[in-house]
Amino acid sequence: MRKYLLKRVFYMILTLFLVATITFFLMKLMPGTPFTNQQKMSAAQIAVVNKQYGLDKPIWQQYLSYMLNAAHGDFGTSFQFSNQSVSYLISSRIGASAQLGIQAIIFGVVLGIIVGSFAAINRNTWIDTLCTVLSIIGKSVPNFVLAVLLQYYIALKLNWLPVAGWNGFNYTILPTIALGVGPLAETARFVRTGMVDVLNSDYIELARAKGMSRFGIVYHHALRNSLTPLVTLIGPYTVALMTGSMVIENIFSIPGIGEQFVKSITTNDYPTIMGVTMLFSAGLVLVILLTDIVYGFIDPRIRLAGNEG
Amino acid sequence: MAERILDVQNLKIDFHTYAGEVKAIRDVSFHLDRGETLAIVGESGSGKSVTTKSLMGLLANNAKVKGGRVMFHGDDILQYSEKKMQTIRGKDIAMIFQDPMTSLDPTMKIGRQIAEPLMKHKHVDKKKALEQAVEMLRLVGIVNPEERVNDYPHQFSGGQRQRIVIAIALICYPEILIADEPTTALDVTIQAQILDLMKELQQKIETSIIFITHDLGVVAGMADRVAVMYAGEILEYGTVDEIFYNPQHPYTWGLLNSMPTLDSKHLESIPGTPPDLLDPPKGDPFAPRNPYAMKIDTEKKAPFFKVSETHYASTWLLAPGAPKVTPPAEIQRRQKIYAKLKSGELSRTDVANLAE
Repeated sequence: MRKYLLKRVFYMILTLFLVATITFFLMKLMPGTPFTNQQKMSAAQIAVVNKQYGLDKPIWQQYLSYMLNAAHGDFGTSFQFSNQSVSYLISSRIGASAQLGIQAIIFGVVLGIIVGSFAAINRNTWIDTLCTVLSIIGKSVPNFVLAVLLQYYIALKLNWLPVAGWNGFNYTILPTIALGVGPLAETARFVRTGMVDVLNSDYIELARAKGMSRFGIVYHHALRNSLTPLVTLIGPYTVALMTGSMVIENIFSIPGIGEQFVKSITTNDYPTIMGVTMLFSAGLVLVILLTDIVYGFIDPRIRLAGNEG
Repeated sequence: MAERILDVQNLKIDFHTYAGEVKAIRDVSFHLDRGETLAIVGESGSGKSVTTKSLMGLLANNAKVKGGRVMFHGDDILQYSEKKMQTIRGKDIAMIFQDPMTSLDPTMKIGRQIAEPLMKHKHVDKKKALEQAVEMLRLVGIVNPEERVNDYPHQFSGGQRQRIVIAIALICYPEILIADEPTTALDVTIQAQILDLMKELQQKIETSIIFITHDLGVVAGMADRVAVMYAGEILEYGTVDEIFYNPQHPYTWGLLNSMPTLDSKHLESIPGTPPDLLDPPKGDPFAPRNPYAMKIDTEKKAPFFKVSETHYASTWLLAPGAPKVTPPAEIQRRQKIYAKLKSGELSRTDVANLAE
């Protein structure tokens, strides 16, 4: 297991290195430079600032010095956000994003499993059809549309929850729902399909022959076996929530990373773009490793293979 | 007279399909005595599995019981609710399935899978149930059960898995064990081991067995009585000797004739295919494939004619005044053995040796 983990960590670092390299050069291909937008600066002033940030050097030199600094944990200073260091910018904003993301994924996956199981147990009845229709709606309505609808009806009309802002748990409810409905719908569909298969299998019939109740069969036998394929989806979900959160954070004025990321791109704020990209990539790579480990816990057959490999 | 533990009377089951109502079980009656093994023999689609599933209340959603009763302890269990059936399944009536490779939950330790019925029916706590699971594993012949109880199904071979399935079925010491082709998916050498194990455990646990199979060879060493099923009906039933050495129904003749022996030059088969149960024939369902069929066979189903106290067959050949027919050579050979059995010239063990 230890050898396996070491190997995986090595590949993770390699992946991050490649992502950093590709992003760096792609970023330099973007039109504009960080300071051309600010018309009040004279050409001479821009040259001074460029020199100060090392932007006058050839791109490969910039790349080398960025990578060297990054390896030492220095991700540079933002060009736009009051000259703060990127590390500080991210760490002061990551809390809101992480909380929102985690809440949304828990809300989506847990409820999705319940809805999906419920549909599978009542397959080919009106309950199943209803769940299917709701899932398709949940998946196809963009989360920003849902966000605005929630704001209008729940917050403005009914006045149950705050419209926007970030000031306690009540403020997190609407954005969590808006962000979590997509994963919820997809989880429900996935779990339903998996569980219908599992419920038709011989070991479920054997469980019935043991005299177990319907709930007991679903809870003890069907659920775990239907969840294995779902674990694969959690990686992509995390990505979806990260990117999705940019829009949602904007709509609900949540001081998170997503909002900052959008701004940094429109202003060619190179260090911030790099910093946030690296953070997202690191998160994703970590989630993929975690899902592989979780796989083993859910399905003993995979655990064995992992130990041998 | 042995105690009747299960009495199936005039069972009728239909399947609702897009093509129409498939009359899968058409008036089936049989009984099971305490401690005996009843084999139900028939080819695929004859309704043997459906019959046993109805005893467990495990019929598919599109199956409908159209009539009949299944009497168990004085109650018609066909009338039981799903909740009430759950209290019988796994406790009083247990089942072994055909394919051990797929009938165990791949994500649950086998100890827990064996212990589950105990926890459910006898309200034994988990620790005690697992201890009993270890004992049961030992009983079914799993080596080193204390450790293997914590293994998962994929760590066992097919034969071992079937032993585990048997352990699950027997953990509550059920009165009736239904074995639905329990050896069909196994190697021939493993088959014999599993059959021996079942016979041995039947003695220890004092259970009655309903043994479903299409393999007559398996039946001979296993069953006390045999019922021959065809197209949703029982055509003949009797003790194992009566069915093997004095069969009366031409279908039973066909089955026995197609069993290969050491001297067989080629494999015999029964020509034709079973009837379409969407529109079952009026008379004897075997009539279209029966070289001995008479006109009345296609018009009217024969009642059960009594051959002996234990032996009945539904064929017009047994009717008073029916023409004498000469059965196939193989059947004549068997009938000679039967005569010797009756007169005491041959003992049961001699016959068993003959079969080998």
